[in-house]
Parts: sequence; structure tokens; C-alpha cells
Amino acid sequence: MDTEDLSHNIRQLTGINVRECYQCGKCTAGCPVGDRMDLRPSVIMRMLQSGDNASLEEVLRSNSIWLCLTCETCYSRCPMEIDIPKLMDYLREKSYSEGKVHPESRNIVAFHKSFLNSVEQNGRLHEIGLVLDYKIHTGKLFQDVTLAPEMYAKGKLHIWPEAIKDKKSLARLFKDQFKNKKS
Amino acid sequence: MSKIGVFICHCGENISATVDVARVAEAAGKLEGVAFSTDYKYMCSDPGQTIIKQMVKEKGLTGVVVAACSPRMHEPTFRKACSEAGLNPYMCEMANLREHCSWVHDKSEATTQKAIDLVRTLVEKVKLDKPLFPIKVPVTKTALVIGGGIAGIQSSLDIANAGHQVILVEKDPSIGGHMSQLSETFPTLDCSQCILTPRMVEVAQHPNITLMTYAELEKLEGSIGNFKATIRKKAKSIDEKLCTGCGVCATKCPTKKIPSEFNTGLGMRTAIYVPFPQAVPNKPVIDKENCSYYQKGKCKVCEKVCPTGAIRFDQEDELVELEVGAVVIATGFNVMQPSGFPEYGYGKYKDVITGLQFERLASASGPTLGEIRRPSDGKIPEKIVFIACAGSRDPAKGIPYCSKICCMYTAKHAMLYQHKVHSGKSYIFYMDIRAAGKNYEEFVRRAIVEDEVNYIRGRVSKIYEQNGKLIVKGVDTLLNAKNVEIEADMVVLASAAVANEGSEELAQKLHISYDAYKFFSEAHPKLKPVETNTAGIFLAGACQAPKDIPETVSQASGAAAKVAILFSQNELSRDPVIAVVNRSAPPLYSTCVGCFMCATACPYQAIEEELITNRKGEVIKKVARVNPGLCQGCGTCVAFCRSKSIDIQGYTNEQMYAEVMALLNNE
Amino acid sequence: MKIGFYPGCSLTGSSREYNESLLAISKEAGVELCEITDWNCCGATAAHNLSKDLSLTLPARNLALAELDQMDELVVPCAACYNRLVMTQHELGENESLKKIVSEKLQMPLQNGIKILNVLQFLEKHIVPRLEQLVKNPLDFDVACYYGCLLVRPQRVMKADRFEDPMTMDVIMQKLGANPIDWPFKTECCGAGFSVSKPEIVGELSGKIVRNAVDRGARAIVVACPMCHSNLDMRRPAIETYLNMKVDIPVIYITQAIALAMGLTPRQAGIQRHFVPVNLPVNR
Repeated sequence: MDTEDLSHNIRQLTGINVRECYQCGKCTAGCPVGDRMDLRPSVIMRMLQSGDNASLEEVLRSNSIWLCLTCETCYSRCPMEIDIPKLMDYLREKSYSEGKVHPESRNIVAFHKSFLNSVEQNGRLHEIGLVLDYKIHTGKLFQDVTLAPEMYAKGKLHIWPEAIKDKKSLARLFKDQFKNKKS
Repeated sequence: MSKIGVFICHCGENISATVDVARVAEAAGKLEGVAFSTDYKYMCSDPGQTIIKQMVKEKGLTGVVVAACSPRMHEPTFRKACSEAGLNPYMCEMANLREHCSWVHDKSEATTQKAIDLVRTLVEKVKLDKPLFPIKVPVTKTALVIGGGIAGIQSSLDIANAGHQVILVEKDPSIGGHMSQLSETFPTLDCSQCILTPRMVEVAQHPNITLMTYAELEKLEGSIGNFKATIRKKAKSIDEKLCTGCGVCATKCPTKKIPSEFNTGLGMRTAIYVPFPQAVPNKPVIDKENCSYYQKGKCKVCEKVCPTGAIRFDQEDELVELEVGAVVIATGFNVMQPSGFPEYGYGKYKDVITGLQFERLASASGPTLGEIRRPSDGKIPEKIVFIACAGSRDPAKGIPYCSKICCMYTAKHAMLYQHKVHSGKSYIFYMDIRAAGKNYEEFVRRAIVEDEVNYIRGRVSKIYEQNGKLIVKGVDTLLNAKNVEIEADMVVLASAAVANEGSEELAQKLHISYDAYKFFSEAHPKLKPVETNTAGIFLAGACQAPKDIPETVSQASGAAAKVAILFSQNELSRDPVIAVVNRSAPPLYSTCVGCFMCATACPYQAIEEELITNRKGEVIKKVARVNPGLCQGCGTCVAFCRSKSIDIQGYTNEQMYAEVMALLNNE
Repeated sequence: MKIGFYPGCSLTGSSREYNESLLAISKEAGVELCEITDWNCCGATAAHNLSKDLSLTLPARNLALAELDQMDELVVPCAACYNRLVMTQHELGENESLKKIVSEKLQMPLQNGIKILNVLQFLEKHIVPRLEQLVKNPLDFDVACYYGCLLVRPQRVMKADRFEDPMTMDVIMQKLGANPIDWPFKTECCGAGFSVSKPEIVGELSGKIVRNAVDRGARAIVVACPMCHSNLDMRRPAIETYLNMKVDIPVIYITQAIALAMGLTPRQAGIQRHFVPVNLPVNR
């Protein structure tokens, strides 16, 4: 995609016009995890503005988009009122479907996917199911093992999932999602 | 019997390349009522004009149609030529064959036919033209200047030195405006008060200037050359003729804790006060809202100690009516307050101040006598962070524009700080550096290189207070957007320049336009920067848009020149193409029924009521009357009038109808 | 008075005490909360991170269900669920064709006009007016009211007043007799959904919040979001690792604070379910 296409594409899919950013850096200045990101938010904006393919690739493969907490601090302070969190959602969906997730962020994505798997199965989140699914996918078998019994003792953990009655309606929503995902 | 002359211009090749001008001339010659028709290469040239003049005299022409460029270009040229030949200039009209025809179409039969149609319509119009004469309006050679800052002062002095009377009205107790609050001015670092006060004194002593301070405009009526202004002189509670300005009253006043407006809230004043030592006039006023006597009926200490008995409690506001010929608006601007910055603390941190407040700290006459000290604990700050573009260029805060002066004054502030506190460290968070004036760029480079001010390109996201310090969370976009956190002792916000409070009300009183940000509108952004759309009212200074002192002074002199031009005539000559309400013989007097729809529609407040009386003085009818001094000939009233009683001279309904019929009836 | 109620997954699981205290104080105030029939997970962070479709359809199903239950108001105590439902309502409200597509996918009608209330708006409207009669044990200590991100941002959609320094929770705590402190970390992020995948980030971000509250003399942190509570309470070990010291400041929900002030027992308020012990001087 060249310069024209990329910014037009983003505008069409998200309504965001990356040209509005004048690189003031206020988003980066207020980002709680900015110093952990490989590409800071204002740098990502500039890379998308420049529009070349290599920059887009780098953004999709960054850990920044997965470290983003969607705390909306950047959006609330941006002088141009650019919806950066929405842009991040777009980049994340694209990165995931094109199989370009940064190696260090794979466990973050695994958590989200395990979450959605649990919702797809039961209609509601089953915490134990989520954690088991996560551990299987990330191999972090011993993380938080002492936590589970304590949570159970405090009545915060259900052994069995609580499911909704109309599971078909949910199956409908999940159908065709992640179908074109490249691994 | 009409004898119209038609003159087709080639306009070099502008028209002739696309339109067959010879044919147009030939076709025009065949029209009924046309006595002469010709074409020529450059109608506006000397020889071209000579042809017109000759034919007017030779053929005894009763009307002239020049088919050429736009009337906006050459209507005055050809009207003058006709006038010189003895034909009333308003019997000369132009058909626009250039902008309306040759410039917008390709060469074709249809284009030439269109040109012929255009000429035909104008011929029909001219047949119905009547001679018109310019309207004379008298001029009162007194100017009203509203606002006593540097803009108002400069304008007043220029107009007064040109030999005319000036009334300068200022709402604060003293003139001087924001310039009197500044410490030093860029790029020379001249002491602001030192260069301003001589002018202030000159204004006070000038025989042609009447100074009214603590006064505001109440109402403005009338039109250019003939305004009637009502000024409210607020009660000072002082008899100015008796007061010597000794200042004893202020030293004895028991109410001492009122935040001083002049010191931007960083210092205190008393209820009876002179705003600053160099005030002009150097006489106090009593702030009724905070005075013990006015609020609670107690005290009166000032009255007891005044050596000349000049205190006048219970003095009332006075309304003064003035007749003036021109008005210059020089009401200045204000700065955005820290409460508009929620991410910097909603105005709750005392050491987060505006640039204007910093000026007061740096100023020798300020609350800290020129020492830079923290408002919270009075300590000298070791690290100051300056934030440029605080509010400006920020659509999220409602201010998309650039405030123009902040880059320069921020550099100046950092320099002043470095000069006063040698061991201090200053940081400026900026987005761009706008230093476009004369010697401005060199000034900023001096701050960076010689005074070692640290410029960081990036914006600050949040400021919060911790252990008496201000934590500033910013970023350096030139270092790959690295986070920069500074523990500062003071933060100065270069807050946006905004319109003064009350600007909207003032604009409405004056009937002038203003923009979305309440800055007053100039008549044309490029070519008429000192005039408004209302004739006779001029603009000077930051009330029109943020600007620095040299530009303000230039604009103020510009406005003064316009006033002087206006006053150089004893009478004003106005274009007679204006609306007129018809008059006829008694008992009808006029077809106007007095509904005044036209008055509500008129954008220029040009329609008045007229009472038609009989010989006994009894009122027979109330009709509308157009003030020829105000009407701009826009025609809105003509469209509104239900009884077709109002019409534009030179653009009558009858003429418009004739033009339309001419277009429709082509052979 | 009956009000629609969307508990969300956390209230029925790991944040059970939030649910318990909310229902207890509603009962005292005579407000009936009617759980929406067959509600589903709103998708929280996971949905909007991976699929735009799911980020709209999952919340929208709940809005449609609330309409079927004929509710005018819907209380959503979980800040994340609240944020997702309001964002969905906003986006579908601005785009009529998108609303139609979503309604078709759900195979349910969707008017999209229900009034969604977060816990603070619910308390302000339905509980606070009755508070004066109901407060028996004023809470006489300093508290740090922590709002988190999703109740106040993005302010264009959430329309919170004073989004950088909100006061709604502070005002409620004042009415309970407590002294809410002024502090700059009211809306700083706690680490959000990284509790499992990046706990060290939670340790740092929540650690900064806890440190500032403690430094300014707060006796307790009051929250209105299950995620924030979990990060500040359950993940205390990670916080202590980051701060390199032990910190024992308790974290309670605003509903628990009200329950205690109303004179309900700690058990009724669900205090025993916390990881950090809650030892507060509640006047008897």
C-alpha cells in the first residue's frame, strides 16, 4: 500500500485521519506504558502518516500495540482529538489476523484468545477455564498456582462454568470470526 | 427618446479571442434606442476613453454601455470619462463580457450569442436609468477611541497630532493596558514601562485628547461622520479636581487583601487604590464591591485622612453623550486562565502560572519587586519549566489558532530568568518556534546558545504536585519520543491569547462583526486590516487578532490615518446606489404601510421611522425612511417589502424586470 | 422501584463481594435490581483487541435483552462492562446502518435508547438521596477515591464532569463522614487486563497508585471497578515487589463503604473475601 492508500484505508475502516496528527507527542508523554514500548504512540502515528509498507509492517509486528492498555489517556489529551485507542484496535486486529504478533506479546494475545474461547463456549467467562486454556497455550503451567486455592477459599472461583441458556445465539456471533487468520 | 452608445472592448485578447466582438458591435447597433456602436482593443486606455467622450458629445448620447471587464474593475473609470463629457455618470453601465462570458466559455457561436444577449440586457437597463447624484453627509471631526492600551494610546496621539479632537475611553482606572504589565519587551529587552509611560503622559497632557478612565461605552447610535456615543463614567468616589494623587488614602485603607488585577492576582491591593505607581491619571478610585463603607456602612478612614477633602462617597455613575465622526476600537485581549487546563491541575497548584503572571514577577514594580519567586512559598525556583502552546493550536480546548506572541515571550521569560538566577535551569517544551519578526530569530538563538535555555520538542501530558515540587511529564519527539520527566519548582504556561470578556457585548453595541473566537472582524483579511464592515469604525491592536507590539503600533497608526482621511473632508460623498422608500402626493404620501419588515431585515440598521405630519402637526402616517448615510445598497429590504414601496436607485425593480425580459425575448 | 441490572462476569465470580455489597445496600434503600434475562459476557478487553465485530455484537446482545425485559434504566457496576456497553451504544447511535447490521446478526430488535448507569451514577440517583436516614456509623478517616480509566474516559462518550479530577465518589464518601484526600492518581491506569499476562506491569502501575495514596495519608483506597480492585488487592505481592516494601493499605468498593456506614456487618459487605485484610475504624 502506498501513502494514499494506507491513510485512506485507515480512514475508511476507522474514520480516523492520520494526517491530523502534528506530532506534538502528548500521547506518548502521558502513556503509562510508553517507556516499555518499542514504538511509542506518536512514532506509530508518524509511521502511518509516512505510509510506506515497511513502516506498516514494523508497526504490526511491534509489541507496542499489545502493550497498549486502552486506558484512553492519549485520546483524552490529544489536542487534535484523534481516537488513538480505536486505531490501536484496528492495528491489533490486523496484526493478529495476519499472524504478525511480536514474540514477546504472544502470551498477551493468548490470554485474550483464551478469554474469547471461554465466552464462546459458555456465553460467560469461566475463570478456571480461561486460565487452563491460557496455560496450555503459553506453557506457563506454574504461574499463580498458589492463588487458585486462596481464591476458591474466598468464594471467588467457580469450579463449574455458569452458562447462558441461548448458546445458539452466541455461536452465531462467533461464527466466521478469525476464519482468515494466518498463523 | 434614448440615444445609447455601446462600446465593445476586445480587452487585448481576453475577450476577442473567444467572442466575435465585431459581430457583437454590429448586433448592438441594430437595437432600438442605440445611436452608436463600436468595438476597440482597449476601452479603458486613454484613446479608448477618448472615443467614449467624443461620441457622448458628438451624438448627444443619453446613456452608455461599455461591454468589457467586470464593473468592479473599471466602472469608476468609465463613469469618470462620461462625467467629464457632461453625461451623468450613473447613466453609464458595464456589461461583463469577460468574467461572465469570454473567461468561462470556449470560442463558439453560443459564446458570441451570449455576449450579444448580455449587451442587449444592459441596453434595456440603461434606457431606464435616471441621473443620480452622490449623497453628501457632514462629518464631525472628533474621534472616539475605545481602549487605552498601547493601541489606543498610539491611535489617539496620531489623530490628535493631525489636529483633531480625540476622546479616549478606558474601562480600568488607568490607561496602559497589558503593555504596562510587562517587564521587558522582545527583541530588545527594553523596559516596557520606560517606553510606555512617556506616551501615557503625552496622552494625558495633549490639548486635543480628552481622557475618560474608569468609563465604558454604553451605547452607540448614528452613522459614519455622525455618531452619537453615550459613555458611562463609573463613579470613582473621588473629586478629581481636588485630588492631588498624594496616595495617603491607600496607605490608611483597612481593607488590604483584595487580589490586585494589575498584579494578576499575585499581589494585593486596597479598596481605595491606584492600580500601579505610574498610573495615568495618578488618582485613586474606590472599588465599591470591596469597600467597607459601601458594603457595610462602616469606615470612611480615607475621607478623614484626605488632605484636600477629595473623597466623595455616594457619587453616582455619570452618563455623557458625545458627538463623534469616527470610532477606533482598541480594546485588546486577555490570556487563558490555568483553570482551563485540567491536566495541569485545574488551577489548583499555586506555582503553575501564566506568562502574564510571570511578567509581574519579573517586573521591578511587581509583587516580588522583580525577583522570581514561587507564589506558594516565596522561594527562588531553581528549575522552571515553560510550556509553549498552552491552549493555542489546540482544537480540543477550542482554540485552533496560534497566539503568535508566545514563542517570543517564552524565550524572553527564560532569558530573564537565566539573567536573574544564574544557577537556575530552564526548560521550554515547544512544538514549533515562530520567530518571524525583525531580529526575532536571532533573539531565540541567543536564548538557546548564550543563555543555555533547554528547548525540548514535545508537549506535556500531565503536571502534578509532589513534596512541594511540580512533576512535569513530557516527551522529546526529536529523540524518538523519549519520555522526559522534570521535577520543577515552577511551571509557566504560555497560555493562549483570547478575546477580552465583554467583547461580544461591545461588538453588538457597535454593530460590528466578530468571529467564532470573539475577535473583531476586519473588512478584508488582506487589503482592509484596520476597517470593519461598519463604515466609520476602525480596529487597532489585539482586539482584532493576537499580535505583538510593533504590529499593534503600526495598525493603530493605520487606523488613525483612516480617521484622518475621513476627517480631511468636511462632507462625505456616498454612492447614491441606495434604497429609497417612495413618496407621492397627498393623501397617499407613500405606498409604505409602516410594517417595518425592511428595518428588521436591514443588516446595517439603515432604516428609520419617519412621521408624516399635516400642516397642523398631526401625525398622518408612520413610514419607513432609509438613512442615506448608512445604507449599503444590498437590496434585502426590497426583497422583503410586501407593498413594493422600497427600491434601489440604479437597480430598480423595473430595471431588473426589463433585463429579464430582454434575456427572454431574443430573436 | 425496579431497575435493570447487568452484573457482568466479574461480579458473579472473582468480584463477588462487589455484587454482595451492592445488593445489600440496594435492599436497605428499597431499590430492586432486576438481573437481565440470560445476559452474556460483554467481551471486555479481549473482544475489542481481536475483533471489531465481537466488540459490538457481544455488548449489543445485552442491550437488546434489556429492551426485551422492558427496562428503562440499566445499572452496570463493572466499569469495563459499563465502558463497553456505552461505547457500543454510542457507535451504533452514530451509525444507523451499522446498527441495522448488528441487529440482524443478533436476530433481535435493537432500539438502542436504554439509559445506562455506572455504579456512581446509580448511587447518586438512587441511594444518595436516602443516605442521610440510612447512615448509622460515619466513616471517620482519610480515604483515597480511585476512579481508574474506564468510568471517565473517553470523556467525549462518557461525558464525565471533571474527567481529570472527578469528585462524584469523593462527594459520596464525604456524605458517609469520611475525608477524601486530594491526590493526583485518581485516574491513572492500574495496569488493566495484564493481571495474568504481564503482572509486572500491574505491579508498577498499581504500585505507583498505592504509594501516592499512602504518602498522602490515606487509610483506605475506595474503588468502583472490579479490575482495579483485583489489581490493587489480589496483586498486592506484585505491588510490594515493585515498591520493595510491605504495604497494608486496604482496598474497598464504594458499595462496601456505604454498607459499613449503613451499619451492615462486615460479612454482609463481603470484606472477608479480600486478600489484603480490611481493618478500618468504623465507629459503632
